[in-house]
Amino acid sequence: MSEKKLLLGDEALALGALHAGLSGVYAYPGTPSTEITEYIQSHPLTKERGIHSQWCANEKTAMEAALGVSYAGKRALVCMKHVGMNVCADPFVNSAVTGANGGLVVAACDDPSQHSSQNEQDSRFYADFAMMPCFEPSSQQEAYEMAGEAFDYSEKNHIPVLMRLTTRMAHSRALVTEGPVRAENPMRFPPKDIERFWVTLPGISKAKVKQLAEDQAKFREDSEMSPRNNLTDGPDHSLGIVTCGIAYNYLMENFPDGCPYPVLKVTRYPFPISLLREMAVTCKTVLVIEEGQPLVEEKLRGLLYDDAEGNGLIKVKGRLDGTLPRTGELNPDLVRAALGLGTAEVYQVAKTTVPRPPALCQGCGHRDFYTALNNVLRKYEGSRVFGDIGCYTLGYMPPFHAIHSCVEMGASLTMAIGAANSGVWPSVGVIGDSTFTHSGMTGLLDAVNFGADITLCISDNLTTGMTGGQDSAGTGKLEAICEALGVDPSHIRTIIPLPKNYPEMERVIEEEINHHGVSVVICRRECIQTAKRHAVLKNKS
Amino acid sequence: MKKDIILSGVGGQGILSIATVIGRAALREDLSLKQAEVHGMSQRGGDVQSHLRLSTGDIFSDLIPKGECDLILSLEPMEALRYLPWLSKDGWIVTSSNPFVNIPDYPPIEEVMADLQSVPNVMTIDCDAVARSAAAPRGANMVLLGAAAGVLGILGPDELREGISEVFARKGEAVVTSNIAAFDAGLMEFKTLRK
Repeated sequence: MSEKKLLLGDEALALGALHAGLSGVYAYPGTPSTEITEYIQSHPLTKERGIHSQWCANEKTAMEAALGVSYAGKRALVCMKHVGMNVCADPFVNSAVTGANGGLVVAACDDPSQHSSQNEQDSRFYADFAMMPCFEPSSQQEAYEMAGEAFDYSEKNHIPVLMRLTTRMAHSRALVTEGPVRAENPMRFPPKDIERFWVTLPGISKAKVKQLAEDQAKFREDSEMSPRNNLTDGPDHSLGIVTCGIAYNYLMENFPDGCPYPVLKVTRYPFPISLLREMAVTCKTVLVIEEGQPLVEEKLRGLLYDDAEGNGLIKVKGRLDGTLPRTGELNPDLVRAALGLGTAEVYQVAKTTVPRPPALCQGCGHRDFYTALNNVLRKYEGSRVFGDIGCYTLGYMPPFHAIHSCVEMGASLTMAIGAANSGVWPSVGVIGDSTFTHSGMTGLLDAVNFGADITLCISDNLTTGMTGGQDSAGTGKLEAICEALGVDPSHIRTIIPLPKNYPEMERVIEEEINHHGVSVVICRRECIQTAKRHAVLKNKS
Repeated sequence: MKKDIILSGVGGQGILSIATVIGRAALREDLSLKQAEVHGMSQRGGDVQSHLRLSTGDIFSDLIPKGECDLILSLEPMEALRYLPWLSKDGWIVTSSNPFVNIPDYPPIEEVMADLQSVPNVMTIDCDAVARSAAAPRGANMVLLGAAAGVLGILGPDELREGISEVFARKGEAVVTSNIAAFDAGLMEFKTLRK
């Protein structure tokens, strides 16, 4: 009998990839995707087979390395959170042009309702406009099985496949039944007849882009024939329902004895048009339930044939007409309301309940850094601090109120450059060690070349903290990196963030602010969470 | 038979180890299970919850619909109140009475307790004190689980003890024993208070 395991959606996908003969996972940590790579790192098969699983500097380097694995005929997985797709958009979109040799699967974990993110962008749009197939499992078992199917499909059709999960699938556990374990691919170069497509000179890639457009019909047909997309009939044809991914579960939760309406369950794209048309022969109203942005709904709705009320020949309901909320994560209650099933009478939230936002840990080095920085900047009225992505973004919260911006990975020092160019002084950037090596180094080179009057503070906790303490690419190398990028060594200063060091910390920060050029202040103390874990390990050994 | 549970508390308190034990016990008993967790930013001292659904049949949604939760199991009293809209009218709240104050505007604890007492089926337990008396000072979460065993129904105390043994096995016999002691003390406390 095959073994059953209790796995997160992330872990199910990871195990599916391992069992599909994975040769390498390439990723940068990001909630809710981190556990995919962590599961592979800790799995015995990884050690046994020597599968690559070390963290990458960012999502772009990850995607490109995986493309190299695919070129060499082996199977690679790339993992990231949704905004990581923006970082690797260039190699991602062009990987549809080069095509895949060994199976290449990109796992993007979206975060509707922004539990841990700055937006709720929907990664299915990336697959759509890159003309790449997209798989969106509705259960942990499907995440396991479809990971293997994605590798097979990618390899057979020479096209990377995007696997899209959302927070609720990524971070929810259920039982998963394991299947057979496949061997890794041997190394094998791309077949002679399509080898040239790996060189995207316009003269070559024009033909490939045309080919890719033509391939869409086949991809769609495969999607329509796949058992992963299916249309089930129901007795009441006053409504037809399309569900994408886990939205199916929220629908069925409301109909434990079976849905009375026809349901088109979609977990694979391109969208299965023929199945929709079959449903629309009798259902003149279609409700689209999809997690994330209204990608499918917009396509169904079209624009040309709407009447004055915005109704097409077939009425399409969903997030755009207010049947479901325009933004935010779905749940069984929202779907219940959309189905017109009425709402149950429930307890109200007690009046004594107040919000409890996350905060920097007690004893965290970022706290001491912000205290010292605030003490200095209090004296400089026009100062601005450009923050970045990580635990230290919480420095915006009371009692610190220490940063004025946070946009995306790396924008701290580059925004500081622009602000300094516009007359802001002191213009300070605050970035973490892992974010600096992810997306800050090129910006620092700009700062050096411009001779920008900025002070960059790297709050180095020797780890990728917010996602739970993964290895950081720059550990032990930060001073050398800054010097190599051209920062004057006398303006690369290192301080240890502890209350007893406040006088020295403040002196160093103030001196560097008053240096009218590029300064880097590295503020270094280990994350207290990883320090605790290291202490436990040390006691054991 | 199904049982829908919301586990709540503050990031870092250890609600996920309660979920892991229940999950392991459910797996042994061949129950279906879905467990939605919170990872990421909220774990830094923010409010955290986990929806845990157990059933002898199929489970669709990873999230519990409002008004259908059978048991709110909370390591912090105000956090138990946050999920009241999910509690069914005859559902139970089993919560630690020990406030975790890491925000400036934490309400007076008497008001929190009064709000809790307005729910028909509620049990508040001084988990920290019970854990200390069981010589398991770090076992407040297992005390709470022990108390919950009094109302859980779908899994009995023996299955949960097996779950504890499995989950903590790799940390050594002493850790298993101390967690089971905390669990038993919690169960005993529930029975005493119920009288």
